[in-house]
Amino acid sequence: MTTDSTTPVAGLGKIQPDTLRKQNRMERLVGPEWYRLLKGLVTNPLSVAGIVILFGFIFMAVMAPVLAPAPDPNWNTNLIPRDGYKPEPKPPGTPWKLNVPQTQPFWYSLTGNEEWVHLLGTTSGQYDIWYGIIWGTRTALFAGSVVVLASAAIGILVGSVAGFYGGWVDEVLMRIVEVFIVFPGLVAVLVLSSILIPIFGRSLWPAIIALTVFGWMGYARLLRGDILTNKERDYVLASKASGAKDMHIITRHVLPNAIFPTLVFLSLDMGAIVIAFATLSFLGVGVEVGYADWGQIVSFARDWILTLDQHWYIVLFPGLALLLYGLGWNLLGDALRDILDPKLRGKTV
Amino acid sequence: MTAYIIRRILILPLIILGVTFLIFGMLQILGPVERSALYVRDIPKTEAQVAAIIRRYGLDDPVHIQYYHWMLGRVDPETGKTVGGVLRGDLGFSRTGRQPVTDMLKQRFPATLELALWAMIPIVGGGVWLGIKAALHHNKPLDQIFRVLATIGWSFPTFVFALLMLLIFYAKLNWFQPGRLSTEYMLLVQSPVFTQYTRMMTVDALLNLRFDVFIDALRHIVMPVVTLAVVQWALLLRITRSSMLEAMRQDYVRTARAKGLHEKTVVNRHIRRNALIPVITIAGATLAGLMNGVLVTEIIFNYPGLGQMAAQAALQLDVLTMLGFALFNGILFIGAFLIIDILYVVIDPRIRLS
Repeated sequence: MTTDSTTPVAGLGKIQPDTLRKQNRMERLVGPEWYRLLKGLVTNPLSVAGIVILFGFIFMAVMAPVLAPAPDPNWNTNLIPRDGYKPEPKPPGTPWKLNVPQTQPFWYSLTGNEEWVHLLGTTSGQYDIWYGIIWGTRTALFAGSVVVLASAAIGILVGSVAGFYGGWVDEVLMRIVEVFIVFPGLVAVLVLSSILIPIFGRSLWPAIIALTVFGWMGYARLLRGDILTNKERDYVLASKASGAKDMHIITRHVLPNAIFPTLVFLSLDMGAIVIAFATLSFLGVGVEVGYADWGQIVSFARDWILTLDQHWYIVLFPGLALLLYGLGWNLLGDALRDILDPKLRGKTV
Repeated sequence: MTAYIIRRILILPLIILGVTFLIFGMLQILGPVERSALYVRDIPKTEAQVAAIIRRYGLDDPVHIQYYHWMLGRVDPETGKTVGGVLRGDLGFSRTGRQPVTDMLKQRFPATLELALWAMIPIVGGGVWLGIKAALHHNKPLDQIFRVLATIGWSFPTFVFALLMLLIFYAKLNWFQPGRLSTEYMLLVQSPVFTQYTRMMTVDALLNLRFDVFIDALRHIVMPVVTLAVVQWALLLRITRSSMLEAMRQDYVRTARAKGLHEKTVVNRHIRRNALIPVITIAGATLAGLMNGVLVTEIIFNYPGLGQMAAQAALQLDVLTMLGFALFNGILFIGAFLIIDILYVVIDPRIRLS
C-alpha cells in the first residue's frame, strides 16, 4: 500500500530522510493500523453516511432535554408524557393539552407553532411520539452498549481460554457454545426474558440479561478462531520461550491482535441488538408500558392494523428511527469489515 | 470424512442433554412459588393452597430430582398416575392454548412449515440470483445498489417491515389479507367436503382440486412470505457474492479463461458451481432467521402457526408453552445443523477426500 503517502505537512521537516514511506502527523499519532482504519472510514461514502447517522443519534440522546423537554422538573424522563387516555391515535400537529412540556426551547419557533403541539402525533393511549423517539435514543444506546459490551467480555474470556489452552478445555467450552447456539436467538431470548420478568419486574433488565446470555457465542467463536491462528506465531512462541506467564501472553500478545475482527463484530452487533431489543418490546416482554422505547411505540400500532392508512404515523416515525439506527451501525460495520478483511485487501478482481 | 460424521453423531446426545439442562435451568430461575402458578389455571388464594401445589408437583425437591421428574415424569400422589416427563412427550399444559403443549405444537407445526417452505422459494432463488448478479458486476453501479439495498433490508426490523406491508397492501390497497384463509373458505375447509391431508392449506387445496381455496390461501400467505424473505435476502446475497468473488480469483478460473472457454461456460461451470458450496453453510443461519421471523410475522399477520403461539405465550408470560417451543426449536436445529454438516462434507470433494 503506497497510496497512504501524503503531501508534506508543516512540522514534518524533522522526519528522517531514510523513512521508507512518509507518515503524516495523524499516522504517527495513532499508528499505521489505526490510521488505515480511520482513513478507510472517512473515504468510503457508505461508512461516512453510517457515521453521520450515528452522530445524529448520539446528538439526539445528548440533547434530549432540549429537543423534548419534560412536562415538569421532577418528571421521570424515561416515561413518555401522556395527553389523556383515549385509545385513538392523534395525527401530527394536534394541540397538546395535558402534561405539556414546561419550556419552549429556542428551536421551537422554527416549527411555526405558538403552543406545543404533538410534532409527530400521539400513539394509542396518547403517548407523544416525538418525545418517545427522542428519549428512546437513550434507551437504544444504553441497552445496546450494555448488551454488546457484556457479551463481548464473556465471549472474549471464553474464546481466549478455549483457543489458548486447547485440548479438553476447548472441547468442553465449544460444546457449551454449541448448546447455546442451537437456539435461534430470538426464541431463546424471548423465553428467558419472559421468565425473568416475574423476578425483575418490567424494566430494561430482563431483556438486557437475556440478550447477553444468548449473545456471547459469536464473540467466543471469533476470538477462539483468531487465537488458534495467532498462537503459533513467532512472537507468541518467543514470549513463551522467554518464560512469560499465560495471562501475560493472552493479554499482551494474543488479544491485541484479535481486536480488529472483534470491532467489526461489535459494530454489526450494536445494530442487531437494538432490533432484537425492539422486537422483544414489540412482543410485549420488554419495558413497562409508557417507557420511552422505540419497539414499544411501534407495538401500540398492533391494535390499529385495520386503520393503518389513517394512522400511518404511529408506525412510520418510530419505525424509521429503528431502521436508521440499525442502518447506521451496519454501514459502519460493513465498512470496517471491508477495510480489515485481509481477503479483500488489495483486491484486483 | 466418515470419522468426522460419526464424531458429530456421537456428540449429538451430549448437545441434546445440554439443551435440556439449559431449558430446565431457565425454569429453575423461578422460585417454587412462582413455578406453582404455572401448573394451575386460577391464581391460588391462600398460602396453604400454594404449599399444596408445591408439594403435589414436587417443586421444592432437590434440583437433580426435579430434573429427573421433568425428563421422565413422576407419579402424582393424589391420582397414582404418572404425569409429565419430556421424554414421554408431556411438556405440560399450555395456559394460553388451553390444551397440552405437545398437542399444540403438533397442531400448529404444519402452518409454520407451509410458511417456511413458501418463504424458501424467494429466499434461496432471489438471494442466490442477486448475489451472483452482484458478483458478476463487481464494483459496478449494480453491485453498489444491491449492497446498499441488502444493508437496508438487513437493518429493517421485521415487525416494522411487516406493519408497513399491512399499511400499504392491506389497509390502502387491500390486495392481500392477514390471517390464513377468508372466513367463507375457512368454513369450507373445516366442512366434510374438504379433506385436510397435510394441514398445509395450499397443498391441501391442490390435493382437493379446489383452486379457489388455493388462490385464497396464496393471497393470505404472500405478505408473511415477502416479509420473511426481505431480511434473509440480504444475508444470502452477501454470502453468495463474496463466495463468487472468491471463486473468480481462483487459478482454475484463469486457466479456463486462458483455454479460451466461452465466458458463459466459465461462469456456469467453473465459478458458480464452486461458489455455491459455501452457501450451504448458512442454510442453518437462514433457518434460524426464519424461526425468528415467524415469531413476529405470524403475530402481525394473524397467521395461526408456532410463532403466533409462542408470541402469545410470551405476552401472557406462559412459561411452559415457551419452554415447549424452545425445546422444539432446539431439536429442530440440532437436526438441521447435523444435516448441513454432512451435506457440506458430501458435496465438496475437497473436504470429502481429505
